Amino acid sequence: MAPDAEHGRREEPLMSKPINTAAHIRRNGIEPPPELARISAETPLVQVEAEGLLFSGRHWLATGYDEVRAILGDNRFKMLPPAQAKLGGGGQVEVGNLLQYDPPDHTRLRKMLTPEFTLRRIRRLEPFVAEIAEDCLDALESAGQPGDLVRTFAVPIPGLVGCALLGVPRDDAADLARNFNASRAVANFGNRIDDRERERQRAAGNAFVTYMRRLVRQKRRTPGDDLLSMLIRDHGADITDEELTGTAATLMGSGIENVGGMLALAPLALLQYPDQLALLLDRPELIDRAVEELIRYLSSVPNSIPRYAGENLRVGGHLIKTGELVMCSLLAVNRSQLPGVPRDTLDITRENSGHMAFGHGIHHCLGASLARMELRIGLPALLRRFPKLRVAVPPEEIRFRTWTPNYGVDELPVAW
Amino acid sequence: MEMEMEIRVDRDRCAGSSLCVSYLPDVFDQSDDDGKVLLRTAEPGADAAQAVRGVVTRCPTGAITVRARDAQEVRDA
Ligand code: HEM
Ligand code: HEM
Ligand code: SF4
Repeated sequence: MAPDAEHGRREEPLMSKPINTAAHIRRNGIEPPPELARISAETPLVQVEAEGLLFSGRHWLATGYDEVRAILGDNRFKMLPPAQAKLGGGGQVEVGNLLQYDPPDHTRLRKMLTPEFTLRRIRRLEPFVAEIAEDCLDALESAGQPGDLVRTFAVPIPGLVGCALLGVPRDDAADLARNFNASRAVANFGNRIDDRERERQRAAGNAFVTYMRRLVRQKRRTPGDDLLSMLIRDHGADITDEELTGTAATLMGSGIENVGGMLALAPLALLQYPDQLALLLDRPELIDRAVEELIRYLSSVPNSIPRYAGENLRVGGHLIKTGELVMCSLLAVNRSQLPGVPRDTLDITRENSGHMAFGHGIHHCLGASLARMELRIGLPALLRRFPKLRVAVPPEEIRFRTWTPNYGVDELPVAW
Repeated sequence: MEMEMEIRVDRDRCAGSSLCVSYLPDVFDQSDDDGKVLLRTAEPGADAAQAVRGVVTRCPTGAITVRARDAQEVRDA
């Protein structure tokens, strides 16, 4: 089936009225909000007022290198307890979402999953990803220009990878993708949407999770050789069906949101830095470094999930009191605070910048190797196919997903 | 001049991020059973010292420590 058809039509964008929110959230383009570097330099840890996030009101904002490392590396800063949090497709995915757990439960769940994401396992998926990347490019090319890079390339690749990983039958992929896409705008928390629209999106999100629940039951009955079946085979007695459902939904969702964002943002960034693009075309062996640098530069998860202090904790001369919330800006650190990395320069030859785009500490991204691999395969495939790739709309018409926790673009019309 | 060093890994701390093994596959490995770090060599020699230090800093959970021979332990948590 054509990747395009599997992913259905993307939903109409919902018009947004910007809400009053903190500077570290607002981004409209490849570059961070201009005031962010100044905030880092002057106040690497500061109390701010923000509205419309996972929570509203006063919280701490960490933008300094040492501060962010100290907070994310310290398990006394805890994840929001499920009662307070609303993470995941409008609130459904709480159980089984690693980002909602603290040790010892986090340790138990994470331990089951890490063997599925080793470098060796991920490398075995490379030929499959190369194949679907080419299929997506075929679909894009045959539909004619201009085409939307998001709908036909950036989202289908991680979507199909997710389906393969979880053992979703090909016949079900289209429906699943439709529901996932329809539920995505809920995450765009700055959008003002009416109740009917919100209800419709919640229903789609529920259908997505319900599908995962059915899939888990089916894998319990007749296991295959996919990730869910392996989890069931190796740990079936130690993990509940609800945890498996949440795990499946989060893995699928994170893959699509994060890699989908990067597979559109990365080409866009390269097009905005033609010297870097030319260098990569000239020296394809730079791809690993280029991918790492783009992940740093774009920091498509700009902020960590908020933590709260489990006890009174001192960080960088400030006292964070029990129960107070802390948000870490990975974008701020990666763009202006990394030791030895000059501010705001994209350099695809850079080695080991020490960025924190995948987080830090025990919640460090589980899918980091998978994400790198999808980008390392997907980007060169795109550039090989369309060496004259260009954006087909004026820059001011590109709709960035300003208000989502996982940054990206709503669509990216391209020509070649 | 970099000194000879000895590497230790704390497998309880390791989050299985694959970071060390992707940067320095000659020094680090990853278990197929639990996804956690394994050492190929604890004494990679002076040439590798700087690269190893880079990985020590990047390890998200501070699971890697190096001890310069006849010097104090360096840990980055
Ligand atoms: C690795 C995976 C993910 C990361 C790192 C991530 C990151 C985040 C962060 C940092 C926030 C807080 C935003 C804020 O308060 O400013 C957030 C909220 C949210 N995320 Fe995710 N996310 C991930 C996966 C997902 C998935 C899989 C879904 C849906 C299927 C999702 C849906 C949402 C929603 C709906 C919110 C906002 C809730 C609200 O407006 O109150 N996320 N995410
Ligand atoms: C370039 C793409 C990606 C970026 C930038 C990214 C970023 C992140 C970040 C920053 C966190 C930590 C959040 C925090 O501590 O608050 C995280 C966690 C996580 N990511 Fe990713 N991610 C990406 C791709 C993926 C993919 C492809 C998957 C799944 C297949 C995935 C699954 C997860 C999971 C499960 C966690 C939670 C880990 C835990 O709590 O132990 N991510 N990611
Ligand atoms: S970098 Fe650290 S957490 Fe990641 S695999 Fe190596 S030792 Fe484990």
